[in-house]
Amino acid sequence: MHDTAAPAVVHHHAPPQGFLRKHVFSLDHKVIGKQYLDLALVAVCTGMVLSWLMRLHLAWPTQPIPGLEKLSPNGAAGGLITPEYYLSLMTMHGTIMVFFVLTTAPFAGFGNYFLPIQVGAQDMAFPRINMTSFWLTFVAFLVLIASFFIHDGPALSGWTAYAPLSAVGKDAGPGQGLGQTLWAVSIAIFCIAQLLGSLNFIATTLDLRTKGMSLARMPFSTWSWFITAVIGLIAFAVLMPACILLILDRVAGTSFFIPAGLVISDRLQPHAGGSPLLWQHLFWFFGHPEVYIAILPGFGIVSHILPVFARKPLLGPRVLIGCLIAIAFLSYTVWGHHMFVSGMNPFSAVLFSVPTLVITIPAAIVTMLWIGTIYGAKLRFTTPALFCLGFVSVFVSGGISGFLLAQPSIDTYLHATYFVVGHFHFVMGVAAMFGIFAATYFWLPKMFGRMMNETLGKWHFWLTFIGVYCVFMPMHYLGLAGNVRRYAEFTDDYLKPLIPLHRFITIAALFTGAAQLIFLFNLIRSRFRGPKAPDNPWEATSLEWSTTSPPPFDNFGGRPPVVHRGPNEYGVQGPAGDYVMQAAPEPAGRADQPC
Amino acid sequence: MGKLFAIVLTIITVVSTAIFVMRVWWLPADVSAHGPWIDHQLVETMVAAGVLFVLSQLALALFVWKSGDRREGRKITVFPGGAVPIVVLAIVLVGAEILALTFVGSKVWASIYQTPPDPNSLQIDVQAEQFAFYFRYPGPDGRFGSSHPELINEATENYFGLDPANDTTARDDIVVPTLTIPVNRPILLTLHAKDVNHAFYVPELRIQQDFVPGLVIPLHFTATETGKHEIVCTQLCGLGHYNMRAYVEVMRQDQFDQWLKGKAAQQ
Amino acid sequence: MRTRSMLIPATAVLVLGALARSGVVRAAAAAGAISGTVTYTGTPPKAKPIDMAKEPACAQQHATPVTTEAVVTGPGNALRWVVVYISAGDQGAAASAAGVRYDQKGCQYIPHVVALQVNQPLDIYNSDSNSHNIHPLAKVNPEWNKSQPKGAPPIHTKFEQPEFIPVKCNIHPWMHGYFVVLTTAHSTVTDENGGFTLTGLPPGKYTVTAWHEQFGTQSQEVTISGTETKTIHLVFKATPY
Repeated sequence: MHDTAAPAVVHHHAPPQGFLRKHVFSLDHKVIGKQYLDLALVAVCTGMVLSWLMRLHLAWPTQPIPGLEKLSPNGAAGGLITPEYYLSLMTMHGTIMVFFVLTTAPFAGFGNYFLPIQVGAQDMAFPRINMTSFWLTFVAFLVLIASFFIHDGPALSGWTAYAPLSAVGKDAGPGQGLGQTLWAVSIAIFCIAQLLGSLNFIATTLDLRTKGMSLARMPFSTWSWFITAVIGLIAFAVLMPACILLILDRVAGTSFFIPAGLVISDRLQPHAGGSPLLWQHLFWFFGHPEVYIAILPGFGIVSHILPVFARKPLLGPRVLIGCLIAIAFLSYTVWGHHMFVSGMNPFSAVLFSVPTLVITIPAAIVTMLWIGTIYGAKLRFTTPALFCLGFVSVFVSGGISGFLLAQPSIDTYLHATYFVVGHFHFVMGVAAMFGIFAATYFWLPKMFGRMMNETLGKWHFWLTFIGVYCVFMPMHYLGLAGNVRRYAEFTDDYLKPLIPLHRFITIAALFTGAAQLIFLFNLIRSRFRGPKAPDNPWEATSLEWSTTSPPPFDNFGGRPPVVHRGPNEYGVQGPAGDYVMQAAPEPAGRADQPC
Repeated sequence: MGKLFAIVLTIITVVSTAIFVMRVWWLPADVSAHGPWIDHQLVETMVAAGVLFVLSQLALALFVWKSGDRREGRKITVFPGGAVPIVVLAIVLVGAEILALTFVGSKVWASIYQTPPDPNSLQIDVQAEQFAFYFRYPGPDGRFGSSHPELINEATENYFGLDPANDTTARDDIVVPTLTIPVNRPILLTLHAKDVNHAFYVPELRIQQDFVPGLVIPLHFTATETGKHEIVCTQLCGLGHYNMRAYVEVMRQDQFDQWLKGKAAQQ
Repeated sequence: MRTRSMLIPATAVLVLGALARSGVVRAAAAAGAISGTVTYTGTPPKAKPIDMAKEPACAQQHATPVTTEAVVTGPGNALRWVVVYISAGDQGAAASAAGVRYDQKGCQYIPHVVALQVNQPLDIYNSDSNSHNIHPLAKVNPEWNKSQPKGAPPIHTKFEQPEFIPVKCNIHPWMHGYFVVLTTAHSTVTDENGGFTLTGLPPGKYTVTAWHEQFGTQSQEVTISGTETKTIHLVFKATPY
């Protein structure tokens, strides 16, 4: 048994005084976690509005959008979205969602708040670095958003920013000037923030566990944040230098990604010797693990929450953790599947295809463990439980189409079509969002001491669950028909018959988006007006439920908890019901058994 | 609530699958020699993935339905055999599926992208640029003039940067915006990008390949039916990406010869 | 009193200036003119037919294919699309307020070359049923690049510095034109017969310059006295490639 003398090494910082120290430049991991989540909330609202504009334009391209001209006189003269403005919206939607929502909320946000509490620590290992991470993320967001307010508008090269389009500057089009530079600077800053954050997560997990909290006894959410931090440490360490090289190509005249002899807008470019494929390799070496940075916390959250409402232990906890580790490892071997038709050696396509298919094995096992956990359970259909069930469903729907895309011979047809858009929105967008929703409904009572409204929560779930299927399932059909993605308009003869289906998707997206207003209302109202939450409203076992709602400044009121068992003790005879809490003292005569 | 979830999920699953099975939206008819391989591989995979999709969703629906049972005294039950059968099942079932798909799929891939082109292929040079494709035939001399980026001038239609003043092989090169090819003859395209990344995608030909600046990428295929199809760019290349289009016109050999002769006379 | 006495002549000058440029008072102002033709010697490149296959909506508008407009010749070795302007000797005048229309129709720029005065308004229209992007490749003036979708309002712009600006549409690579921005108000573009006329020139000594996008510039000194119309002939040397 691994007993860490953790509390001894915790820095003891006193509760801060004054508004600025308490709420703005706070060192408290709980405040920082909430700041991350608030930033993600602003970001997700922005990203969602951008997607509405895109969807409206795709469905009715000649219909002016009222008021849009005021927001962007240059990009939407007469309320009509120009093709370059569409691509800017798309680039910003992708960048905001991937970086500032799917990385920021489930990992940096909830992880910051709950990882230290779940391991029984008073704070993160490096509170000052933790605060720096958040404020760097915030600055990165501001830099990105600033590009909306410059003359030529934001970058238009997509969230993948393929060189040389992203590297050659404004000759390549509007948005490829200052907008693209701001993009690269923003992402470089974001990378630094995440590197610092990942280090902090890893150090906290390894060094600050309380007495009795062995690695094997850590909750699944803690495991997933820890593994995500390890992925992030390697992934962002590659993207950051890639962005710096990109910035140098743009502003210092280097040629890392630009080969010789390019003629752009009638101008022979003064560059030579670079490789466009180098950017793709560096980007996807980050980019594929990033998919798992977005989704693994969701895995952890669902594995953490599902047993609470199933009232039975998660099936195969050790298998689950093994699978998470396997996925993390394999995530570094598959990046080339984004590049099957990129012009890299066709032989390497086969090499990248195999691990891509192999990664479905741990993913399939995890899914089956969840379904197996539901088997014979006594499900309590609370809102967080529903979102966990929804998570499993959309993850399956999104994951299974990976079978097709993982094979180069099929990808030859489906690459860069809406099939891919449907696939990744399900598997990393919607699934991760369902994880975030489940986490919000589950943990908000702990974070603010107030319950969320269940009726509104259920409406939110049903409308969202049906809505996302109406939005993203038809995209697979579009992809099969060869509908190319990243098109501002469908003027090709073979695409015109597909426009009615696009209109259906747009209407579904507007409805699904509107349903999120229910969530927003519920969230804001419950934060201030919700009924008072007890310490352990869900009858859960992990350490965050052993303290008050919300937890005191040092998390456990000066008495670090001692852990006696794993987090998976549901469906047993316990002192308070059918569960035993991790910190509950050992009843006499019962052996201390690992989970 | 559990029953509602099960019913909704079942409806979603059935409707989604039915639209796939009924091929309401489907691939356009294939007109390439290698296409049937891809279609076959796609259908095989889709059936396998579809079965897994339906089984998983219905299992989820069924278990949720049953777990909502509120009868007094009902005990929770563990999945038969615990996690072990799941692991074994996943490794065996998914593993076998992967092996099969990889073997067959790699063969299909190799037959298209790793096989050298037929030596009798008709070679056509392709220049992709913001936001158009141009195709170059060597002309009566059978030789391509060399390309000089600094000579590219679109105002005079010199899309390939040819130097007819000094390079006699360039004078008879035929440059057109429509890929005109004979049916049932192997075609070898050499792909050049003038400015940024582009891609060559013809759904009917079941072929997609990026253009990468600085690289010359060979791409070969054989069209098996005459007709006209759209070539679209699938790699984001800038504001006109959505409008980067050309046509491929597949003709009978005699029509093609006549077309080529007519073009050569215009040079 | 003093202020008003200065205002009256100032207003008169302004009004007269505006009228002069509008051509109404041109005859009354007792000005001369320069007219003539622009031709070439040597072998010009062949005008190449433009295949608009990628934009079927435009291709359908041209029963016979249009040809490249970089070098357009006419009968008697006439050279079209040559900008003829007063490069020296002009007294200078404020920019005309009258807008110049530049149209995109059938995936062609109409006209191919437009001569503008510094700060003269330029109104760019899209008369096609498809999008275009207008990309003036300016080096002295600020460069810009903007799409104009079908039905979008016209783009109103102007250039503050004299410059020969190539303009292109990236979506339709064959679409090439020129915005020739000049300090003088006296400029014109040769017609299909190579002919041109510069009017409204007060007596004086002028340098007339002709500019062609491929063949460079040619200049001649011309002295105008009274209301005479001087005829000049400008010749460019053409090369086939």
